[in-house]
Amino acid sequence: MSSAAALTWFARHEIRLAWREWLAMMTAGRRLRKRSAIIGLIVFAAIMHLPAYAVVGRFAGLRAPLDKSTLIVITSTIFLAWTLMLSQAIESVTRVFYARADLDLIMSSPVTLANVFAVRIAAIALTVTAMALLFSTPFIDVLVIGGGARWLAAYGVVAAIGLSAAAVAIAVTIVLFRLIGPSRTRLVAQILAAIIGAGFVIALQIAAIMSYGTLSRFAVLTSDAAAAYAPDLASMVWWPARAALGDGEALLLLLAVGLVLLGVVMAIFSPRFADTAILVSANATPTYQASRGRAFRAGSRQQALRRKEFLLLRRDPWLMSQTLMQLLYLVPPALMLWRSFADRSTAIVLITPVVVMAAGQLAGGLAWLTISGEDAADLVATAPLPSSRVTRAKIEVVLIAIGVLFAPLIVALAFASPLQAAITALGVAIASASATAIQLWFRVQARRSQFRRRQTSSRLATFAEAFSSIGWAGTAALALALPVVAVISGLLTAGILAVTWKISPQRG
Amino acid sequence: MNPVESALQVRGLTKRFDRPAVDALDLTVRLGEFYALLGPNGAGKTTTLRMVAGLLRPDAGSVSVLGIDALGDPVAAKQIMAWVSDEPMIYDKLTPLEYLEFVAGLWGIDPVISQPSAQNLLVSLGLEPHLHERCEGFSKGMRQKVALAGALVHDPRLIILDEPLTGLDALSARHVKGLLQERVRSGCTVIMTTHILEVAERMADRIGVIAAGRLIAEGTLAELRQQNGHNDTSLEDMFIALVDVEAAA
Repeated sequence: MSSAAALTWFARHEIRLAWREWLAMMTAGRRLRKRSAIIGLIVFAAIMHLPAYAVVGRFAGLRAPLDKSTLIVITSTIFLAWTLMLSQAIESVTRVFYARADLDLIMSSPVTLANVFAVRIAAIALTVTAMALLFSTPFIDVLVIGGGARWLAAYGVVAAIGLSAAAVAIAVTIVLFRLIGPSRTRLVAQILAAIIGAGFVIALQIAAIMSYGTLSRFAVLTSDAAAAYAPDLASMVWWPARAALGDGEALLLLLAVGLVLLGVVMAIFSPRFADTAILVSANATPTYQASRGRAFRAGSRQQALRRKEFLLLRRDPWLMSQTLMQLLYLVPPALMLWRSFADRSTAIVLITPVVVMAAGQLAGGLAWLTISGEDAADLVATAPLPSSRVTRAKIEVVLIAIGVLFAPLIVALAFASPLQAAITALGVAIASASATAIQLWFRVQARRSQFRRRQTSSRLATFAEAFSSIGWAGTAALALALPVVAVISGLLTAGILAVTWKISPQRG
Repeated sequence: MNPVESALQVRGLTKRFDRPAVDALDLTVRLGEFYALLGPNGAGKTTTLRMVAGLLRPDAGSVSVLGIDALGDPVAAKQIMAWVSDEPMIYDKLTPLEYLEFVAGLWGIDPVISQPSAQNLLVSLGLEPHLHERCEGFSKGMRQKVALAGALVHDPRLIILDEPLTGLDALSARHVKGLLQERVRSGCTVIMTTHILEVAERMADRIGVIAAGRLIAEGTLAELRQQNGHNDTSLEDMFIALVDVEAAA
C-alpha cells in the first residue's frame, strides 16, 4: 500500500471510530440500527428549530453595515460558541491520549508516526467541527429561512471556528503535558473543559452586576462603554460577525486562518504526538499516597457507606470540575447579594432561581455518582444489609453534600432577606430531592468513569431532571414575586415529577 | 444430609434468561470442604454462584447457607458469606487499606479486629509496599488480590470465588491458593469455579461438573475416575469426555 493510500485508509478508520463513539454516546451504548439513530437525530434536529426560532428568529433581518453594539453581541455569541467548541475539543484530545486502546498497535506498526498522528489531529478537528455544525444547524436554518440565503455563510463561520478551536485545544493539551506532566494534565484538562465555556458567560454576568446591578449579559454588551472600548468598524475583530452575515471576503479569510492554524499545529505537534503518547502510557496513572497510620474507624454499616461515598466524591476529578463550575455560576449571585447590602436592590430576587437551579443540577450529578456509579456493585450487593439502607445512605450523602455547599450562601442571604433565604432553602431542598429521586427511578448499574454517558443513558431522565430544576427554580422565584402563580408553577413541576415516576423503569 | 452439616444446599435451583441457564440444579457442598465447580463456557456456573451469593434472584428453587435460608433471610446468609468475581470490582480512588476498612465496616466488624486482620491479609498477599497507594494504578492481579483480601477480612464461613486465578502471575496464584487452603484448614468452606483444571485436581476435595445448567458429575477425583472407568485418566480428559457426552445428548 502506498503512503497516501495508507493515510487515506487510516483517515477512514479514524472517522469510523469517531462515528461509532459518537453513536454509542448518543444511543447510550445500546445497539440501535444506524437508520433508527439517523431518524432520531433528524427528528431531534427538527424539534430544535422551535427553540432556535425563539432565540435567533428576531435577528434574521439583520443586514450589513451593522452598528457597533450589534457587532459586539454577534461577535460575543460567536466567541462563546468558540469557547464551547474549545472545551469539547480539549475533552476529545485528552480522550484520544488516555482512552484509546490502539496507541500501542499504532506505535508498533511500520508507519510514519508523524503522518498517522497528523491524520488523528485532523480527525479530531473534523469531529469537533461536525458536532458544532450539527448543533448550530437549527439556528442557522432559522436565520436562512427568515433572512435569506446570505446566512448560509454562517455554516462556514462555524467550520472555521471549529478548526481553530481544535487547533488551539491540541496545542493547549500538548503544552499542558509538557508543563505539568501526563498525570496532572487529565485532571486540569477536565476542569478547563468544564469551566471554559461557562467562564465567559459568568465573566459577562459579573461585569453586568458590577456595572449595572443586573444579571443580564446584554446590559454589558450593548452598553455605551462597551461600544466606546470596542475597536473601529474596519477591525479584523469583526470578521466572524461580518462573515456570518454573508461577507464572502471575510468568510474566506476566516476559513483560511482556521486551516492555517490547524496546519501549523499539525506540523509542529504531529511529530511530538508519539512522544506524548509514550509519556502518557508510562505515567498515565499517578501514584497517590494516602495518609499512613490512621486507625480504622468504628461505626454503623450506613456510616461506612457514607464515609466511602464522601471519600470517593472528594477524590473524583469530575466532581471537582463540576463543583468548581457550579461555584463559578454562584459567583454572580453572590456578587449581587454583596451589592444588595449596599443599595437594597430588588434585583436580589434573581439569586433564588440561580441557586435553586444550580442545586438541582449538582444534586443530579452527585446522585448519579453515588447511586448508579457504583464501582464495586457486587460487593455492596453481597453485604449483609438491606438494599433500602444502602440507597438511604447514598441519598443522605447527596443531600448532605448539597447542604454543605449551599448553606453559606443561604445564610448570607438570610442577613439580606430572611423570607427569601427560607424560600431559597426550601427550593434547594426540593430541587435536590427531585433530581435525586429521578436518578433513583432511572438508576442503571455503571462505573463512575462512565459519567459522560449519564446524559444519554436515559434521555427521559435527563430532560426530567432539567425540567424539574428549571420548574423549582421558577417556582421559588415566583414565590417571592407572585405567590399565587408560584402555586401553579409548583403543581406543574410536581406533575412533571409524577409523570416521570409513572413511566420510570423502577416503577415497573 | 442434615442441613447444618452442609455449607451449601441448593435444591431445584432454576434460572432462565432467553434459555435455561440453570436447570433445576441440586448441589450440596459439605462443611469445611474445598469444592471446585467446573464446566464449559456458558454452562451456568457463574449464574448458579451469583444466585447463591444473592446477586441474582432465582426463578425457582431453594438455597441454604449453613442452615440459613438465603432467599428468605438474605442478610443473615450474607453475613457469613463472601463473593469474589473474576472481574475484581474495587474502588480506584481508595487504597487497599481504605477498601478493606470499608468492607469491614459493611460487615460490621469491630475495627480492633479488622485492622490487624486487614494488614495481615494484604501483607500475606504481597501487597505490603502498596498499602497506602490508590488502586487506580494497580495491575489486574493486584486488584484481584485486593478483592480477595476484602472477601476474607470479615472472616466468612463460606467463600465463593468465580475464576479467582484469572490474570494472576505464578507467584500471586500461589499466594492466593495458599491463603484459600489455609482457610479450608481452619474450617471455612470454599467453592470455586475455574478453567484451570490442574488447580481443581490439586486443591479440591470434591469436584462438580456442570453443563447446560445441570450437574452431570460429582465426586472426589478418585470417584470421578471410577465413574469414568479409567483409573489413570487426567481430570482434563475426564472433563472433555463428560462435556462431549452431554453435548451429544
